Amino acid sequence: MTTPPQVSAPDALHAVSLIVNGTAYALEIPARRLLSDALRHDLGLTGTHVGCEHGVCGACTILVDGQPMRSCLLLAVSMDGAELTTVEGLTEEGDRLGPVQQAFQDCHGLQCGFCTPGFLTTITAGLRDDPDPTPEAAREMIAGNLCRCTGYQNIVKSVLRAAELQRGGGDA
Amino acid sequence: MTTKAFGARVARVEDERFLRGRGRYLDDLAADALHVALHRSPHAHARITDIDVEAVLDVDGVVAVYTYEDLTGAMADPLPLLIPHPDLTHGRTQYALAKDQVNYVGEAIAMVVAVDRYVAEDAAARIVVSYEFLPPVVGLDAARAADHLVHDDVPGNLAATSTQATGDAMAAISRAPHRLALDLDIERSACTPLEGRGTVAKWDTDNGRLEVWSSTQTSTGVRAAVAAKLGLDLSVVDVITPDVGGGFGVKVVHPWPEEVLVPMAAMALGRPVKFTEDRREHFISAAHERAQQQHVEVGFDDDGRILGLDVEIWHDNGAYIPYGLIVPIITTTQLLGPYKPPVYKATFHSLYTNTVIVTPYRGAGRPQGVYAMERTMDAIAAALGKDRAEVRAANFIQPDEFPYDQGLIFQDGKPLIYDSGDFPQMLDKVKALVGWDEFAAFRDEMRAEGRRVGIGLACYVEGTGVGPYEGGHIQVETTGKVKVSTGLTTQGQGHQTVFAQIVADELGVRFEDVEVVTGDTRRMPYAVGTYASRAAVMSGSAIALTARSVRRKALELAAEALEANVDDLEIRDGVVEVRGAPGAQISLGTLAVLSNPLRYAFDEASKAATQFSVGDPDKVPVPEGTSPGLESRDFYSPPRSTFASGMHAVIVETDPDTAEIRILKYAVVHDCGRLINPMIVEGQIHGGVAQGVGGALYERMVYDEHGQLLNASFMDFLMPYVTEVPETIDVDHLETPSPLNPLGIKGAGEAGVIPSAAVFASAIEDAEGIVITRMPISPSELYDLRRTHAGSDEAAVAAVEGDS
Amino acid sequence: MKPAPFSYVRPATIDEALATLAADPHAKVLAGGQSLVPLLSMRLAQPSTLVDINGLSELAFVRTDESGVRIGALARHRQVEDDGDAWRAQPLLRQALRLVAHPTIRNRGTTLGSVVHADPAAEMPAVAVLLGARVVAASVDGRREIDAADLFVGPLESALRSDELALEMVVPANPPRTGTAIDEIARRHGDFALCGVAAVVSVGENGAIETVRASYLAVAPTPHVLDLSEAFVDGTASDRNLDAAAEIASGALDPDADIHGTADYRRHLSGVLTRRVVRDAYTRATAPDAQGAR
Repeated sequence: MTTPPQVSAPDALHAVSLIVNGTAYALEIPARRLLSDALRHDLGLTGTHVGCEHGVCGACTILVDGQPMRSCLLLAVSMDGAELTTVEGLTEEGDRLGPVQQAFQDCHGLQCGFCTPGFLTTITAGLRDDPDPTPEAAREMIAGNLCRCTGYQNIVKSVLRAAELQRGGGDA
Repeated sequence: MTTKAFGARVARVEDERFLRGRGRYLDDLAADALHVALHRSPHAHARITDIDVEAVLDVDGVVAVYTYEDLTGAMADPLPLLIPHPDLTHGRTQYALAKDQVNYVGEAIAMVVAVDRYVAEDAAARIVVSYEFLPPVVGLDAARAADHLVHDDVPGNLAATSTQATGDAMAAISRAPHRLALDLDIERSACTPLEGRGTVAKWDTDNGRLEVWSSTQTSTGVRAAVAAKLGLDLSVVDVITPDVGGGFGVKVVHPWPEEVLVPMAAMALGRPVKFTEDRREHFISAAHERAQQQHVEVGFDDDGRILGLDVEIWHDNGAYIPYGLIVPIITTTQLLGPYKPPVYKATFHSLYTNTVIVTPYRGAGRPQGVYAMERTMDAIAAALGKDRAEVRAANFIQPDEFPYDQGLIFQDGKPLIYDSGDFPQMLDKVKALVGWDEFAAFRDEMRAEGRRVGIGLACYVEGTGVGPYEGGHIQVETTGKVKVSTGLTTQGQGHQTVFAQIVADELGVRFEDVEVVTGDTRRMPYAVGTYASRAAVMSGSAIALTARSVRRKALELAAEALEANVDDLEIRDGVVEVRGAPGAQISLGTLAVLSNPLRYAFDEASKAATQFSVGDPDKVPVPEGTSPGLESRDFYSPPRSTFASGMHAVIVETDPDTAEIRILKYAVVHDCGRLINPMIVEGQIHGGVAQGVGGALYERMVYDEHGQLLNASFMDFLMPYVTEVPETIDVDHLETPSPLNPLGIKGAGEAGVIPSAAVFASAIEDAEGIVITRMPISPSELYDLRRTHAGSDEAAVAAVEGDS
Repeated sequence: MKPAPFSYVRPATIDEALATLAADPHAKVLAGGQSLVPLLSMRLAQPSTLVDINGLSELAFVRTDESGVRIGALARHRQVEDDGDAWRAQPLLRQALRLVAHPTIRNRGTTLGSVVHADPAAEMPAVAVLLGARVVAASVDGRREIDAADLFVGPLESALRSDELALEMVVPANPPRTGTAIDEIARRHGDFALCGVAAVVSVGENGAIETVRASYLAVAPTPHVLDLSEAFVDGTASDRNLDAAAEIASGALDPDADIHGTADYRRHLSGVLTRRVVRDAYTRATAPDAQGAR
């Protein structure tokens, strides 16, 4: 019979390494630290926002190894070695706005800006899978994110505009 | 003149930081702060017999715990009743921490301060409170029945009963050829911004100053409250509003208990303290709105023209009433919309219940008023067999009747006088936009496919830009940069952009050179707040007046420096030029140097200024009546509110099998006077419409009989995703300028949400042939209605009386 | 809304995981966590230890052969949904997974985790029972297979013991001339359903309906499977037969009311959806998918 592996005490700190936006970080955190809190409060990357902490609003969405996930539904301790992209990592060389960011500016896709980071990361991954979405596909792409300000009209336009920018079309 | 910014679709300056994740919201601040968690009542109605915090002190990382016993001075008094009213005979407010009784689930009882929120929550959960249970009063039926009282000393649970009338409405109704009575119901919803409430406080021991950051809609209000509660001079308290992740009304309440508790703890502990509200807390301890029962009596003639209107409203104000009677006053006054019933009487009863407090939510009582009026219009049309648009048109105030005095007193205590509008033209526009006249053919077409569709219409008038005042401060720096400050706060409306547009035009500078700061009492200590669709009207006007002062000052100085006549000068891109004299020019930056007799040659502008000579050598450097600096601070104070208006129309499809409700078309015509930035106005409308869809078809606060909120999460409080809102929202504008302010503008922020309950009720009723009297409505409820009404197309509730 | 403290272990082998579970009856397994973490944050679940199996990459598989699809405990919904072989063998998996929450959740959530979470409003438990799937559970005492029909004990309660780890689920392939479909009514797109129905319809070589079975979610404490074949004795999917099937369903189900819908409404939806999904499954049974899904 295998002996159980060492079980940590509830308040023990765990060493976790993360690569966030290309930078390696080493953290010492309790097991219960949510990834959203680790990013915001341990790493100071406050661009990722927390709107509900139960996985419904999507404001905390980040890319984990390229795929959008809710950072409030992940334990940081479980993410050891993962490569993460947050909103801070969406800008392009020379600190220029990325195509999705630029599209939001062009189309007035944000108002208070609180839900915006989750939309930006979700759409960034969505356009990688579907670079030329129909309006219907654009809506489907953002269907898991809540926004209370915009009524989504201009966010859908932003998705389509971002696709256009990514394809090199449309003078920005 | 610089390219005109006013009226242009200028991209927002605030986007840049938000898109890069560089916004600074409340929880992003003070990384070194201690964190707060509240122990909140799990019971809706109980006396507190004991609070045991012993177990908390053992928790590692806990720094302090506070209960009512720890509150001293003004902190031990109930929180303020912000807006008293003579009819508010039984106003009750809560304590910052419950004293000996709790009156809703979520009421704060104890506050823990700890090293982080995790530990603070661990500790808060270990506080043991002993209760003696009282019967909870939940919902308006229970409140009206008054078998039990929320507050022992408030008979009938009645905070207030208030009546306004322009004559004997019931007499007018009884004389009318046709009469109707309606009983209507509308449920609770809430603002639900994506960012909850939050407060950070730092006590600066070196300077003896308290710095408070709060996610608020009124920094000056919070400042005054904190100073009063903590016994500090106003002059040592600064309140700064960081980026705010949405407000919609809930953040105008001041102070929230945490807004005074957090500064109190920061002072006591000498360390920064932070409260970041979580989502569950927001549901059970912030504020809700909307719940009302309404009884309408109306008399009308053969054309559907109202001859008398009598309305009685029962308004659920929750456990306490810190915000006074604003919401039901707005309901009863704004109910009239674009119509002119010759005789009107409205009575409201504001009732306590053992539920979360009720304070203004976007629209602030208007959605309920519009619901009552527009349901009545539809009922009149149904009774007479007339077109619903025609009946409305028969009751419109005509364009030549402005200013139109409704004969009532509005929320601001001023007469309810509409300043301008054009309702007949607006109706034509919305009918064209939605395809009103073509709808019958469309309905037939759909019917042939086995599909069921309906069209609805709702009109509203919205008092916006209420006083008393806002101010603007503008300073031109020696670099030529223009620094603008106004005291009200911003929650995503794009104030930094639109105010910069106004300044660019008024002052004659480049839009890029204008920087706007809002909601910082260090920059502008006199201000009111952002609510009632007042920011553009109030601060926009104040800033325009300020820019004109600065411009005057700059031109006078330039005239002196350039030895020219003021009337020959113009300002373009921040440079004053003499018309017809190329080369004779001076920049605003240089004028800023010249405006200050104490000149240091720190920069290029200072050096450039040396070539000019200003000031009368026979006078002192700063003569009486002048001040150094190219700056000004001016205030705008309106005589009364300005009235925006709008009409919405919607086509819905109801599924014959599942009773699901789908939106096929949504049309909006909106008149907010002159548009500063159409892109931003449309964004406001889109957002309002989506929020209205939520309120009409998805969102409600579901309390059980014990006063437990059953859906205090985003899983079960159904805010619309993109999949629930209309695919497109067709918007058309009408611009009837307001004569009341220098820019001719009216408010736009709340408009989109105001007619939603009314317009969806109208459309669903049209699709189903069943009278709709309760909103919001879910597919399950529509299914039940169908079953109840099966085999009968008689209007069940709006029974037609009289000889019609 | 922060989790209470818990001990944490990330086993390197399945045996280590099992040993940990055996040692602590209050331990819980963390796989995708898309249901568990919100419960932790709301402190509705306060396990003493979390056994994080995300390091057991040997469980991150989806394997398909003639007999069916094997889904490992670490296979994410997205992985199962995207798997072409799995789709061809058992198309109901993909059909149902597309209704599970939103894509972002499916990127992390695991299909087996959703099954053993035993939420009566979730799609995958209903699908597992309908398809006769089996869950392989392991403990330090050995392995056992649990029929999906025996797995669901009550809302959020499965037959899995606290010392057991669900290793994989075996989902039989669709037999020939069999079609599947699933549909649901939710308040918002992506929400848990008010009622959902999955159906499997098999036809004979002549195209006549032979068996019709349907599984109901959100209208009973556990997934509820009904054999509706008796409504189709003449072998056709006529309106009359579909109505009869719908009637059987609404007669057999006794849903509870909740804040989103009355019991009557849910019962009514079960009938409406029965008609829809049986018709769709029948269509697929008679006209196989061009891309080869059974």
